[in-house]
Amino acid sequence: MLIKRPSDIPSSEITSESHYLSRRKFMQAFAGAAAVAAGGSVLSSCADAESPASSRQIAELPSRPLDFVAAQPVSDNNGFSTSEKLTPYEAVTSHNNFYEFGTDKRDPKRYAGELQTDPWSVVIEGEADNTGTFFLEDLLKNQPLEERIYRLRCVEAWSMVIPWVGFSLSSLIRRAQPNSSARYVVFETLYRPEQMRGQRSRFNTLEWPYVEGLTMAEAMHPLTMIATGLYGKSLPVQNGAPLRLVVPWKYGFKSIKSIVKIKFVNARPSTSWNVSAPREYGFFANVNPKVDHPRWSQASERRLPTSLFDSKRIATLPFNGYAEQVANLYTGMDLRRYF
Amino acid sequence: MLSKQRKLIKTALLLLALTPLALMIEAAIGQALGPDPAEALADQTGEWALRLLCACLAITPLRIITGKVEWLRYRRMLGLLAFFYACLHLAVYWVFILRLQWADFFYEFAQRPYIAAGMAALLLLVPLAITSTKKWQRKLGRQWPRLHRLVYLATVLALTHVWWQTRSDYTEALTYTLILLALGIIRFRRKRWFK
Repeated sequence: MLIKRPSDIPSSEITSESHYLSRRKFMQAFAGAAAVAAGGSVLSSCADAESPASSRQIAELPSRPLDFVAAQPVSDNNGFSTSEKLTPYEAVTSHNNFYEFGTDKRDPKRYAGELQTDPWSVVIEGEADNTGTFFLEDLLKNQPLEERIYRLRCVEAWSMVIPWVGFSLSSLIRRAQPNSSARYVVFETLYRPEQMRGQRSRFNTLEWPYVEGLTMAEAMHPLTMIATGLYGKSLPVQNGAPLRLVVPWKYGFKSIKSIVKIKFVNARPSTSWNVSAPREYGFFANVNPKVDHPRWSQASERRLPTSLFDSKRIATLPFNGYAEQVANLYTGMDLRRYF
Repeated sequence: MLSKQRKLIKTALLLLALTPLALMIEAAIGQALGPDPAEALADQTGEWALRLLCACLAITPLRIITGKVEWLRYRRMLGLLAFFYACLHLAVYWVFILRLQWADFFYEFAQRPYIAAGMAALLLLVPLAITSTKKWQRKLGRQWPRLHRLVYLATVLALTHVWWQTRSDYTEALTYTLILLALGIIRFRRKRWFK
């Protein structure tokens, strides 16, 4: 009878993540099986140890969101925040477009428990000097966090005001030391269909993993942030745990969630929605009331939460109201052509 | 079958079909529709209109497959219920989303082709709802079945309304399409396949 003790299973970088996860699952199963005297059940668990975790088994594992926000003091940053009324926490965390969990806006919260966000590592690669695979703890070590209240405007013409907790992406980029060939930054979301049921959908024009990108200028802009929390708490899974991008002057689909890879490249990258529907979703996706989506107008938006008798319809602002800070990135650019 | 049993079945069917509406009203009152309640209501009323339309269109195929004429008794009720939910769908859109602004309505119409498709589908159902009674059946005689074939065009427009709203995942649109296609095949190819 093979008995594995916790000390025999190191959480080493050498072990691939899926391997590591299924071993942890095995340890949990063993803890239960130890109470049962049947040697046969332990042996069959051995056989299961290397197989991908089913969503039912994952739901039984305790998932510990990385609680970095609580561990570090969060400064109240003043240069970035809007003073508009905040969208309540309940609405922010229950109304999400995160198709990796399903296309209903209630799906991400519904199935959030299926995703294991600990351990988490981010691969940094491409045209840079300090590349490699980094555990999230190491990326965030000594990184001061601040609260920023940003507007988020979805391409579907609704918006929210969210108090994110995080830091400017530029500080992460500087640590990666991109070289002179780096003209764009590409981001990738986790691909783990056994824990993200939307990725198992057969009839879907979005290809996984979800990919997004920014020009270096956009990525280095102080407004562009990596968020690890909201409302003073760790990011919930449905909001893109454990780390996501927030680019407040662009449509929400640019603010990629649950990032596992950051790559510096020379040529403009393909981005998921643009590949899926090139006439409808552009690379730049700057919020622009004058450039309509082919199927609906972008001139106004609903500020959530709405009620049945108050649709909270407001005029959409150029660059989502951040024109003063970012319009200079696009001087001379035809915003209709480069949408 | 006794007419008392028939009435019982019709009442049960009616109550069942109105349950989604009751749940929607309850959710609306209890603020349980989420942070975008108007959109949620519009989605749900539209969904039930389409499902009831499918149920109505399933009656003739059921008659063909089972050989029992009794199924036809429930077709009118299902059709009217589908029309009822479709009207609710339009009402929700017009009252809660457009806030009764006529100007906005024409702008939306022009901007969003899927709204035009949905509107056309609903308009086609109006004469069908009006002429659904036995009185009209007698009045129109042989023209009645011809008029009511408009339901197939309305269904195609309703499906278009759904397809033109899909963003990336088309599982739901495809499911409705395949179901209606299967019903259509049974209805129209019966001579060849169900000899």
